[in-house]
Amino acid sequence: MSSDKSAEKYLNLKTKAKEKMESLNEKTVVMVGAATCGKAAGVIDTREALKDEIEKKGIDAQVVEVGCMGFCYAEPIVVISKPGFPSLCYGSVDEGLAVRLVEDYLVNDDPCFEYALVALEPNDYFPVFTDFPRGVYEKKIILEQCGFIDPEDIDHYLAEDGYEALAKTFEIQPEEVIESIKESKLRGRGGAGFPAGIKWDVCSKAQDDSKYVICNADEGDPGAFMDRSILESNPHQVIEGLIISAYAVGASKGYIYVRSEYPQAVRRVETALEQAREKGLLGDSILETDFSFDIEIFEGSGAFVCGEETALINSMEGIMGVPEHRPPFPASYGFRGKPTLINNVKTLSYVPHIIRKGVEWFKSIGTSDSPGTAVFALVGKVEYTGLVEVPMGTSLRNLIYDVGGGVPDEKDFKAVQIGGPSGGCLPESALDIPIDFDSLHEAGAIMGSGGLVVLNEDDCMVEIARYFLDFTQKESCGKCTFCRLGTKHMLDMLGEITRGEGELNHLDTLRELGEDIKKGSLCGLGKTAPNPVLTTLRYFKDEYEAHIKEKRCPALMCMHLLGFYIIPERCSKFCSACVGSCPTEAIYTRDDQLKAIDQEKCVKCNSCLFACPPEFYAVEKLSPAELVEEREREQG
Amino acid sequence: MSDKVTITIDDCKITAPEGEKLLWVALDNDIYIPNLCALKEKDRPSASCRLCFVEVKGISDPVTACTLPVTEGLVVKTRSPEVDRLVKTAFELLITDHRLGCKKCPANNSCELQKISKERGLKYKSKRFKPFEKDEPIDESMEQFIFDRSRCVLCGRCVWVDHHVAEVGAIGFSLRGIKRKVTTFGDYDLADSPCTECGECVKVCPVGALSFNE
Repeated sequence: MSSDKSAEKYLNLKTKAKEKMESLNEKTVVMVGAATCGKAAGVIDTREALKDEIEKKGIDAQVVEVGCMGFCYAEPIVVISKPGFPSLCYGSVDEGLAVRLVEDYLVNDDPCFEYALVALEPNDYFPVFTDFPRGVYEKKIILEQCGFIDPEDIDHYLAEDGYEALAKTFEIQPEEVIESIKESKLRGRGGAGFPAGIKWDVCSKAQDDSKYVICNADEGDPGAFMDRSILESNPHQVIEGLIISAYAVGASKGYIYVRSEYPQAVRRVETALEQAREKGLLGDSILETDFSFDIEIFEGSGAFVCGEETALINSMEGIMGVPEHRPPFPASYGFRGKPTLINNVKTLSYVPHIIRKGVEWFKSIGTSDSPGTAVFALVGKVEYTGLVEVPMGTSLRNLIYDVGGGVPDEKDFKAVQIGGPSGGCLPESALDIPIDFDSLHEAGAIMGSGGLVVLNEDDCMVEIARYFLDFTQKESCGKCTFCRLGTKHMLDMLGEITRGEGELNHLDTLRELGEDIKKGSLCGLGKTAPNPVLTTLRYFKDEYEAHIKEKRCPALMCMHLLGFYIIPERCSKFCSACVGSCPTEAIYTRDDQLKAIDQEKCVKCNSCLFACPPEFYAVEKLSPAELVEEREREQG
Repeated sequence: MSDKVTITIDDCKITAPEGEKLLWVALDNDIYIPNLCALKEKDRPSASCRLCFVEVKGISDPVTACTLPVTEGLVVKTRSPEVDRLVKTAFELLITDHRLGCKKCPANNSCELQKISKERGLKYKSKRFKPFEKDEPIDESMEQFIFDRSRCVLCGRCVWVDHHVAEVGAIGFSLRGIKRKVTTFGDYDLADSPCTECGECVKVCPVGALSFNE
């Protein structure tokens, strides 16, 4: 390798990028968070309003689309960097606020602090990230630049030391790269936590004339969006990681397997690949070395099971996306029968950082067995939803209460569902568990790919287990007996329990069958599918028993076990808001002009509950449903 | 593969070619291990029926015999409480999705499910799981044989021989999860597919799903 030449070539690229960025920063830059999540929250209108107003006022400012900063709860988000002021981040910026920010801040130098969320650099006026609990607990590595650089301009990434790790990689032998990854103890972030270095080593030692590397971006868990966000916000980080992995194992062709349901991620990765090729960072003789490598995008069709690596390979080969028995592992026998290294988006994202900042730096973060950080899509009943990155070993309590701001609306915390549909539900008593691969596994959950759903007192744990199992059962490929038939039987039993038709012996059967499915299934989907059921049975057995013995849903969520009742003492003669809201005309006016519900006609749709004005708050949910009759009898 | 190794199955010492899959070594030596989906000619076992579990010394959880290459000194037990539990559950699950009525079934007395039931003392009625309703019309469009999906256990043997022995490609798997089934392209009757009625698929069907007309 002519490493001197490649270092020089890289330095050249970086210097030019830095110069470009410096001239850009001399002017006011307005960054709008335009990942899919931001767009769904209406950032396109905000962007247009900003542009129009800036043009109208004749200001010399540039509006740049960036990715996701991770503050889902505050979308749409805008960051304004005006020379002479600290860069400020604003949340919930609608068109009106956009116009006002231009008028007051860009024209008149008033930064509208009342709308600002956080400042990006220390200053005398406004708090920065680390002044908030979230900023104290978060440690951003792979999300650091997400939302702060333009994903469609490679110079933004280059100016932030992007591709420096690649240039550095060319100065050492492939074996040394693998040794670094091994030493760093980086574990695969796709879910199972397998040591990445060992995988790389196996693939590198496999003797073959051609090898492949694949980035697995087939993210499919309900409520998880880490991979999408990284691809949309900082695609070059993943591409750089993939190129380094290819150099390490000796592959000449790479693929990014991404769902076609992520059109913006696909588009941004395409743009990024093109720009990397233009700069000589991808393609023939990368950075003028004798290493050639190119990447193609493969769009998956959205089957959850295709995240499993053998199923992923099958689908790429054009056959049905069903898993195969392992071994042989893809690292020795994979795509088209060739050694194939498959890594998750997040795993690859860490690679440039490890190479650039060193193994010791990486190991100093997190725990000794799970170094680095964990990225979570923090969703559900939590104040500050979003994408968070915390060091491994952070407790669930810190994550939910300090980073996430706790459970809103003064409700009680009930459980946290961690690891996606194949993960487990952990109760309050498990909140001090440190987040790392092994501790979570012990508690019955998994790290998974990073979905984290917080549940409160209004969530029925039986229904939650049923919901997640319904997902995995539908996504089961049907190849193996346990997963195809076992999950269906479990789902049927859970359905019966939530309808009040369950029997007590169902609980033992569910547990036994769940354990057997975990042991007997062919692939990771089946091996983890029963987790939501097994953990809720372990931690919330009383709720199952209430459904079965008393036909009662303690969280008042299972419709079949509910009755709706209008409390006469609270109901008003002069209001009939509920009557109009009822789709089945179940609500009638009694002789005394108060309202009541005909239980025969009621379909338990919740409409009356929402329609009843807060000053009356007269509609009540009761479980078991027979309680309604009892109340009516008491009333006479 | 020419090197011979000595392994122990249920306390019997057996010599076998190194690398051969344990299932075939056991069956060749008259040691029965339940199986439905395995085909000796197939390089990569589909390992989908999940019935051939055995206990291997040194490995904590039961492993599938169809995927395990034999190595020198391998010690195997075909029965153990854990193995029996998995096999029982897998069998029970398959039975809930299989139309019973053996007397009327063309595979009566030659059925692999019957064999497993007899060998392992497993009942046809599950106490734990309710049988699924199987309401699949029988494909009687062919002269030589019929295809009764309600008895199909989705082992995939027919699909493999259709593709690799007969090399016709008339049938394959479609849909997923509980809806997975063996069918023709476009889900037409076999008569409207490229099927040549060679009968290879019927010969490998372990149950009464594919059967020759009398």
